[in-house]
Amino acid sequence: MNATVHPLRKYARPHVTRTTTCPGCGNGIATQAILRAIEELDLRMDDFVFVSGIGCSAWIPSPFFAADTLHTTHGRPVAFATGVKLGLPEKHVMVVSGDGDLTAIGGNHLIHAARRNIGLTVVLMNNGIYGMTGGQTAPTTPRGISTVTSPYGSLEHSFDIAPMIVSAGAAYVARWTTHHPRQLTKAIKKGLTKKGFALIEVVTQCPVQFGRASKLGGAVEILKHFKSNSVRIEKARKMDPAELLGKIVVGEFVDIEKPELSSEWTRLIHSMREGRQ
Amino acid sequence: MIKARTALAGTHFDMGNWACAEGAIAAGCNFVAGYPITPASEVANYMAKRLPQVGGIFLQTEDEIAAICSVIGASWAGCRALTVTSGPGISLMQENIGFAVSTETPIVIIDVQRLGPSTGVPSIGMAGDIVQVARGSHGDYQIIALCPESPQEMFDLTIRAFNIAETYRVPVFLMADGFIGHMREQIIIPPADQIDLVERRVPTVADPMKRQDFLDIGVAPMPVFGKGLQAHVTSSCHDEHGMRNLTEPAVMHRYVMNPIQKILTHRDQIVEVREDYVNADLVLVTYGTVSRSARAAARLARNQGLRVGTLRLITCWPFPEEAIRKAASRVNNLLVLENNSGQLYPYIRAEAAHASRVEFLGPQFLGQIHDPNAILEKVKEMLA
Repeated sequence: MNATVHPLRKYARPHVTRTTTCPGCGNGIATQAILRAIEELDLRMDDFVFVSGIGCSAWIPSPFFAADTLHTTHGRPVAFATGVKLGLPEKHVMVVSGDGDLTAIGGNHLIHAARRNIGLTVVLMNNGIYGMTGGQTAPTTPRGISTVTSPYGSLEHSFDIAPMIVSAGAAYVARWTTHHPRQLTKAIKKGLTKKGFALIEVVTQCPVQFGRASKLGGAVEILKHFKSNSVRIEKARKMDPAELLGKIVVGEFVDIEKPELSSEWTRLIHSMREGRQ
Repeated sequence: MIKARTALAGTHFDMGNWACAEGAIAAGCNFVAGYPITPASEVANYMAKRLPQVGGIFLQTEDEIAAICSVIGASWAGCRALTVTSGPGISLMQENIGFAVSTETPIVIIDVQRLGPSTGVPSIGMAGDIVQVARGSHGDYQIIALCPESPQEMFDLTIRAFNIAETYRVPVFLMADGFIGHMREQIIIPPADQIDLVERRVPTVADPMKRQDFLDIGVAPMPVFGKGLQAHVTSSCHDEHGMRNLTEPAVMHRYVMNPIQKILTHRDQIVEVREDYVNADLVLVTYGTVSRSARAAARLARNQGLRVGTLRLITCWPFPEEAIRKAASRVNNLLVLENNSGQLYPYIRAEAAHASRVEFLGPQFLGQIHDPNAILEKVKEMLA
């Protein structure tokens, strides 16, 4: 019997045969988008160091990807990745983690990495809730939704991550949902080729926790919700804020060229060496 | 062992913090991350200028948490990495010091201690962090910490800290304080070819499932990133290959115990003490800056015919229990001098009280250097 092997299986550690994600999770879509981007760019896993934090989406590269992987403490993957990138400026350093990890406990590191424009590619999985710990309110949970830590409905406003990271100084920021796997793959490719800090926000479904809290339902229902509520940024720019309430603005938020930190360090060290000779 | 590539050889007159930075440069340090804090800032300030001259990088981070994390990341990227801070920064770093312990990452942490708790007094030295560096991160582990008593030792022991970190794949603390950090004294830096450095061992087998990367009491080679070794590094409970395992009790046991045993079985090679108490009736037990007052007090006492010796703990962690037991078995009186309320005192008493009288003396006011005459008074009281 010939076993059917997934065309992206070659990028995974051979002995890892299971993932930890729940049925209907968006992690699989993002995993495929990341690996397709790597394949289409003709990159090798040895060109990468993957860094992740704590939470369901941090398990996308670790232990699955057959590459150097650093699974860090909660909120800190961007800070760890900053050291990795400065030590190995020629490698692609990709951070994969969630909205709680990267914008709540780790928010400070995220905005500062964007400000420094250090050459990291950050895939931020935004499911609007803490999945792994059992459905608590996140800084991304839409206002009004009831969770286990906001049983009377969340009173707080939520982060709009992509524009926040544009303001912080990133060279490339895009947002897509798991209903847009092709656009997502393309954005990750662009992030990987960008010389500078690249953030790809992936609005993703957590049917187990967010589906229940928001009463949106299962994976299919949430994906349909993404489809009917996504608005391209070009169109959104012409719309009133009132019209955009509850909508998900998708597309490229910024794509600029500016000096990148690790290559600036290489340049400085090189020029000092030249100066001494 | 390899020889240092560069060292600012010569006789210098400068601050302890300067000596520490030059010690790190001689030790091959090529990555420093830190956040401004008194009384440690001079190390970072000087490194910012000095490191690029020797091909290294200085990163001023958004906080001390980012400093320790980026230093650990840089170590995995193959750098010899250091962070420098004071007590409040150590408090912020604690969670990720545990990460370095758990992932067996060689890094050096300079703690130029100041008076606390909390924001305390930034510019006044105090040995306030002695226990927090050993026990401050959650879970169970062992730590290595060295206590310099002079600017010269801030140079020497910074090199030793790097060598120990690379030998055992562990974070190593240098426990300076505001006094010796800011003290100016003669510092002799030997030529580079007289400075021995421990080189990092890196595995050659490409498949992580066919090699041991972690939990080797004899210290596993470090599968640094960027060499196609597919290292899997996690601080969650993991097996010898670095693969997460949260189900097998035997793996959990090894995950906690083997990094502890790695340090304890090499205790004899790690622990360093200075003993000067032959035929003494009383030993002054000290570490760090206070050792200077202890020597002065011992001299005063001997001039008055009192047989007083000294025992200085250069390594305070792992705790030099054998040296304490030895002193207690030979001398009837131990006087523990610390610039705090008595942080190592209970540990010393536990090893010594069965054989010897053990008492404690802090400075008259915490944060002041012990007055040798006050020590002498206490000595006379104990020997009366």
